[in-house]
Amino acid sequence: MFFVLFAISVVTFVLMRLVPGGPFNTERGVPPAIVEALNKRYKLDAPLVEQYIDYMQGLLVPRLTDRTYRRSVVEDYIINIPMDFLGEGVALRWINFGPSLAKRNQTVTGIIRDGLPTSMQLGIAALLVGVVIGVPIGTIAALRQNTGWDYLSMSVAILGVSIPSIILGPLLQYIFGVTLKVLPTTGWGTINHLILPAFALGFTESALIARLTRASLLQVLREDYIRTARAKGLSERVVIGVHALKNAIIPVVTVLGPLAAALLTGTFVVETLFGIPGLGRSFVLSIGNRDYTLIMGTVLLYAMFLVVANLIVDLTYALFDPRIRLH
Amino acid sequence: MATKSSHKIAYLEAADLPKPQSLWQSAFKRLIRNRLAVMGIFVILFFALLAIFAEQIAPRDFRTQVLAASNSAPLWVTKLFPTMIPISEGGYVKINEDFFFGADNLGRDIMTRVIYGTRVSLLVAIVGPIVALLIGVTLGLISGYLGGWVDNIIMRLTDVFYAFPTLLFIILLMAFFRPTTGRFEPGSIGDFFNRLDGSTGGMLFIFVGIGITSWMQMARLTRGQVLSVREMEYVLAARSLGASPTKIMLRHILPNILGPIIVAETLTIPRYISYEAFLSFIGLGVNPPTPSWGAMISEGAVAIRDYPNQALFPALALFLTMFAFNFVGDGLRDALDPRMRGAE
Repeated sequence: MFFVLFAISVVTFVLMRLVPGGPFNTERGVPPAIVEALNKRYKLDAPLVEQYIDYMQGLLVPRLTDRTYRRSVVEDYIINIPMDFLGEGVALRWINFGPSLAKRNQTVTGIIRDGLPTSMQLGIAALLVGVVIGVPIGTIAALRQNTGWDYLSMSVAILGVSIPSIILGPLLQYIFGVTLKVLPTTGWGTINHLILPAFALGFTESALIARLTRASLLQVLREDYIRTARAKGLSERVVIGVHALKNAIIPVVTVLGPLAAALLTGTFVVETLFGIPGLGRSFVLSIGNRDYTLIMGTVLLYAMFLVVANLIVDLTYALFDPRIRLH
Repeated sequence: MATKSSHKIAYLEAADLPKPQSLWQSAFKRLIRNRLAVMGIFVILFFALLAIFAEQIAPRDFRTQVLAASNSAPLWVTKLFPTMIPISEGGYVKINEDFFFGADNLGRDIMTRVIYGTRVSLLVAIVGPIVALLIGVTLGLISGYLGGWVDNIIMRLTDVFYAFPTLLFIILLMAFFRPTTGRFEPGSIGDFFNRLDGSTGGMLFIFVGIGITSWMQMARLTRGQVLSVREMEYVLAARSLGASPTKIMLRHILPNILGPIIVAETLTIPRYISYEAFLSFIGLGVNPPTPSWGAMISEGAVAIRDYPNQALFPALALFLTMFAFNFVGDGLRDALDPRMRGAE
């Protein structure tokens, strides 16, 4: 787990440095002396290994600060725990993503602090849409296998897989925003602003979840313990709801992990289409700008979410299936 | 009645016995019987014809700008999208019957651009899987057959690539390949690839980027398949006859595991298509003015309130293509393994 995080941080660091161009090489033709001075200020002229160690140190090593600490464009921490018992104004501060190289009056920490809650709200809503639509459709399809319901559900699922948000977004905007005028096409802030983008993101996921639920449930329904449950006279609702679904949901939860990580850290297309100030946009723009610190920050954030999501997935296994023990 | 006919079938099959059907023949028959899959094949053929004969079919040139006609639309489009009210009825839309799907904000024919956009999407649908197959199957074969530390290294590499955000990787690759024009000396390999990319409208590096970021699943699947056939008698026989590992892998193992690999790859084709659309959407796809559906959707989405036709026609084309490939992929999987219907 930590190996993966470490590998990702190294690969990203090396890869983004291999790409030609730098954060200060703009088309406006900045004098070389200024570029040099900027490189020096942000220590971009130091050896790569030194830069990497420097960056990781700022990120990982917690710091105790006294009351002279002020948030600045080089020092801005995500986690700030006041420790007044050690003296007035003393605090433990952790995870400093460093200054943004492209937006020089902002820190990466600040950008993440602004964008992450928005992206997370959208991501959670999209995930809910995916699960709330996907699981019941998949269940119905599996319970009514090879009937009209099954074929209908699976056709809808193929439809969903074929409509990426890049198509669904404009379509929803036109239908609900422009023609029916019931929901805003762009913007952010109210529940109404959340509905369309959440659907644009979640519908495709719901199709995937529906297919997976169906396949998994079909397999589970053939198990002996389902026959046992029926044989001892349990009602169909209990058999399906408690015995079957609980086991069938495990593969679904498995894919939900990475999916959640991707959704929570923002998706560029939907954020662009709907004008949402999330993290996905900062991420994509940072690569074009060669904003090295912002690239590192968002990638590591994503990787961390992925690791945590997978951990939660592993923990829920034990919840759904006590046979799986955590080692 | 029922038993009688089933007897008859059994009898006919017995008569057919001297020439048994191969797996592919019977799969093909099952595929043909799947109406949705056949429909998908026809849709793909239709788009393939559009792509091949784009010059002959397209009513105009995809670059030519008729600025007087910018943002205009024919009457039927305004009927289709009721919010587009023509100037003659007190609205804002210029009516111009010369452009069947309307013209974009630069006065270029949308229909022509949709037709030319087929080329990019279909090429990605063909080349993307091939690149992914080449890398993934090669690594999977080596990993599965050799085992030991080679297997370990390759699988850890796969894990890292899996956890790496595909999006970042692909964007970095694009950024890495793209601005290298002029960095290479004329005549060198780098220069050759740059020219090749330029002459394909920037498609080459999209293929490379998509392929490089999509091989992991293939590598894992191939490795699993290799592990399952590696201990078979025919492999042992080949080995005892002194065949080299390369020969065993390519001549004996690969043909036996190719079926599920091809099916799995067919199922991922829509993903390649949407990747390309996405890359073009964020401006890292084909070089303008080469039309791509993703780029057209991105440009049209800005004007979705006023001119929905500019985003929704390319979106429809993209949807139909992905839909068709999904049906064919599903049909192919069902045909090769009927028990798997509807599974991932």
